[in-house]
Amino acid sequence: MQQDSLLDGLIQRGISRRDFMKFCTATAATLGLQSTFVPRIAEALETKQKPYVVWLEFQDCAGNTEALLRANSPTVKEIVLDILAVEYHETIMAAAGHQAEKSLADVVKNQKGKYIAIVEGAIPMNEGGVYCCIGGKSALDIAKEVCGNALATIAVGTCATYGGLPAAKPNPTGAVGVSAALPGLKVVNLPGCPVNVENITATVVYFLTFGALPALDDKGRPLFAYGKRIHDNCERRAHFDAGQFVRQWGDSGHRLGWCLYEMGCKGPQTYKNCPRIKYNEGTNWPVGAGHGCIGCAEPAFWDSMGSLYSRLPNVPGAGYQATADKVGTTLVAAAAAGAAVHAAIRLGKGASKKDEKSE
Amino acid sequence: MAKIVIDPISRIEGHLRIEAKVEGGKVVDAWSSSTMFRGIEVILKGRDPRDAWAFTQRACGVCTTVHAITSIRSVEDALKITIPENARIIRNIIMAIQYVQDHVIHFYHLHALDWVDIVSALKADHAKTASLAQSISDWHNSSPAYFKGVQDKLKAFVAGGQLGPFSNAYWGHSAYKLPPEANLMAVAHYLEALDWQKDVIKIHGILGAKNPHLQTFLVGGMAVPVDQDSQNALNAGSIAMMKELATKAKQFVEKVYIPDLLAVASFYKDWAQYGGGVGNYLVYGDFPLDGSGKAEKLWLPRGIILNKDLSKALPVDQTKIAEYVTHSWYEYPEGNDKGKHPWDGQTNYKYSGPKPPYDFLNTDAKYSWLKSPRYEGKSMEVGPLSRMLVAYVSGHKRIKEVTDSVLKTLGVGPAALFSTLGRTAARGIETLVTAEMLPVWIDELAANMKKGDKKIHAGEKWEPSTWPKEAQGYGWHEAPRGALGHWIKIKDGKIDNYQMIVPSTWNGSPMDDKGQKGPWETALIGTPVANPEQPLEILRTIHSFDPCMACAVHLVDAEGKELFKVKVI
Repeated sequence: MQQDSLLDGLIQRGISRRDFMKFCTATAATLGLQSTFVPRIAEALETKQKPYVVWLEFQDCAGNTEALLRANSPTVKEIVLDILAVEYHETIMAAAGHQAEKSLADVVKNQKGKYIAIVEGAIPMNEGGVYCCIGGKSALDIAKEVCGNALATIAVGTCATYGGLPAAKPNPTGAVGVSAALPGLKVVNLPGCPVNVENITATVVYFLTFGALPALDDKGRPLFAYGKRIHDNCERRAHFDAGQFVRQWGDSGHRLGWCLYEMGCKGPQTYKNCPRIKYNEGTNWPVGAGHGCIGCAEPAFWDSMGSLYSRLPNVPGAGYQATADKVGTTLVAAAAAGAAVHAAIRLGKGASKKDEKSE
Repeated sequence: MAKIVIDPISRIEGHLRIEAKVEGGKVVDAWSSSTMFRGIEVILKGRDPRDAWAFTQRACGVCTTVHAITSIRSVEDALKITIPENARIIRNIIMAIQYVQDHVIHFYHLHALDWVDIVSALKADHAKTASLAQSISDWHNSSPAYFKGVQDKLKAFVAGGQLGPFSNAYWGHSAYKLPPEANLMAVAHYLEALDWQKDVIKIHGILGAKNPHLQTFLVGGMAVPVDQDSQNALNAGSIAMMKELATKAKQFVEKVYIPDLLAVASFYKDWAQYGGGVGNYLVYGDFPLDGSGKAEKLWLPRGIILNKDLSKALPVDQTKIAEYVTHSWYEYPEGNDKGKHPWDGQTNYKYSGPKPPYDFLNTDAKYSWLKSPRYEGKSMEVGPLSRMLVAYVSGHKRIKEVTDSVLKTLGVGPAALFSTLGRTAARGIETLVTAEMLPVWIDELAANMKKGDKKIHAGEKWEPSTWPKEAQGYGWHEAPRGALGHWIKIKDGKIDNYQMIVPSTWNGSPMDDKGQKGPWETALIGTPVANPEQPLEILRTIHSFDPCMACAVHLVDAEGKELFKVKVI
């Protein structure tokens, strides 16, 4: 059957060219690209077929699926019906049981090596993978087959990227992320608990536009979304620098929007673009609302940063030395080294390098 | 006779497997199995109780508020903390919009495809569709051109050859009863609801930082400051934005969701005889209208109904709750035929099912990751139907009004409520009455702010140094899917034991020590199955338990006047 190009499909479905260009512009912005890239994105989407996508859920809470439902520019309606051919997604698909399994098997067989696998949720490794079975098969076996035959795998959410909540101590089921379960697989990690949906769509469009995966940091995360710390972009940074801290929930500093460092904010050690793109179409984000960042895009954040409310020790520029009275382990030294590594990667990779030159 | 297996059950949250025996065109036996385990209760041991809300919240990203609220309440109960008024009202608003958005998403995006045949919509006459839509509602998107537009999009989509989430489904099944026009109308509203849900949930963005996984919960209150004279706090602008979103939410419920339920229900009245279930209903109650903590002050009343006896609601005694693991993949040292109260609960997980890949579970032995919660040894259903029944019996004026009107229009007695159809009707009733409370509670918050009350957190017991050496408590919440409880034991400032009994645990539980089936298993028995290869009817009943759609036939406005009648074309 003749398959229309993406833009043909969009126009048939009543999406104006103007809306389409707005989407390409918004995506370019999320990707951190200059406006000169917008026509390139548009061209890529105009001429390519709807890519086949299968969305797998393992040890998950469906938070990333729900995040997808909140998408705007494009909306989930546009993503699932117009832009991507999402042939398998247990939470929204009409078919169940054997019919659902057929949808997945058809893509793996007929689109071998050409489809994108999106994975949500961790994979339990203990006891032969019995802690997560779907259709009588273990999550591990499903991942091996489906991700193993995909063009690329995108792991969304901290569970699929690094094991997330099920992997928190003592990790009762041996939960790990997709990369750890299937070493050697090409995986883009989009952590977050859940991930910010704008980062999912931007990654897919990046792939469609440039025919390659975006530049990744040493944890497999796209630099366009995870290249800077919350702390680097935070709207309350001026208060941090001025030594204006919230000391008690509801105090005058809290009402004035002062820095939440002393209330446990993990922004100084967390790499994600929340302060810039926020959530729910820019409505708000944790620090903006009045609660610190919990570090949800970082591997093992449930264990590595202490309690939600314990202060990170020795954050440079805090105006004073924070004594670690009730604090967990710290990654400050690693974070400093990480920042240097980030800079090196940015200068070393394809499209990013072009960005640097034209700035 | 071989069992049929449906795994994965789609259009739910989580992983569910149903095995069933079908004979003579209906289900004669059924088993429900949860096939995924993470061990959250185990992970919580030894952690700071003030953090627990964030961990437990990740039990579910659909009902993304419920575990956070319940966890915090369990700690507040253990430490005897009373939250400030602002926090109480903020939590009520958060919970209310969660109900409304979650129930509407459930109806259109999780349940509707069991009742609505998308392929049939391609044959609809768009002028007749417009007439149908306009006869049941004054919603503005109802012109023939509008429905033609939707139909053209659908045609183009199908012609493209990539059917996405609609591939390999049950289109054309004999159990679909809607005429093409009703199908097209439902498809149009499915698409509108997809846009609507992301907008109205911005109330969570304002009060909770983001959705999914709100991040302003605190033991003792909320982390979102209140100050009409600050740009970094809840202020007049926040109130105005929430009011607008609440109006948008309520209008969609009144003008699209409820009329659609009525229209769909009128074609499926025979489903009032299927899916009844265990006939026992448990409600913890919720939406505290003041800070007293008293059950009488809950907007949704607490109570139990046994054996479909609507003459009275019985009190709830949490000491009578116990969990059994006879048919679950856990071990109790005292013996697997014993029940344990959650304060003494244990999560000794031990898989004894078949090694994957497998074809069937051994349903004579242990077959699920769900434990079997029982109240005084009885299997209980939880959820909107339970809540509406208890509210009705307890004399809740508005809920009684709407429910009576529904029954009257259907021309049925209360017995019809004990069914798949009834369960879906109850959810619609609940969505309507809850949407009506949204502006009321937003106004209540504004009024409290006007008084100059800026308190959002009771901080006197924030520091663990202020806590007793040992403490125990429990938190109850009515999640969209039903009664939810967390039980906590705190020792030396850390979590010593933590047990969660989740609505799906009640509803989806496997057999207990006496071989009593859980609500889903019981409800499935007697469900017609026209074609075991295409178990659409089984999906219909299962989906009725998840935040679900309703099928009422009338809509009643505040004065009790009938607003619409459904024309059956």
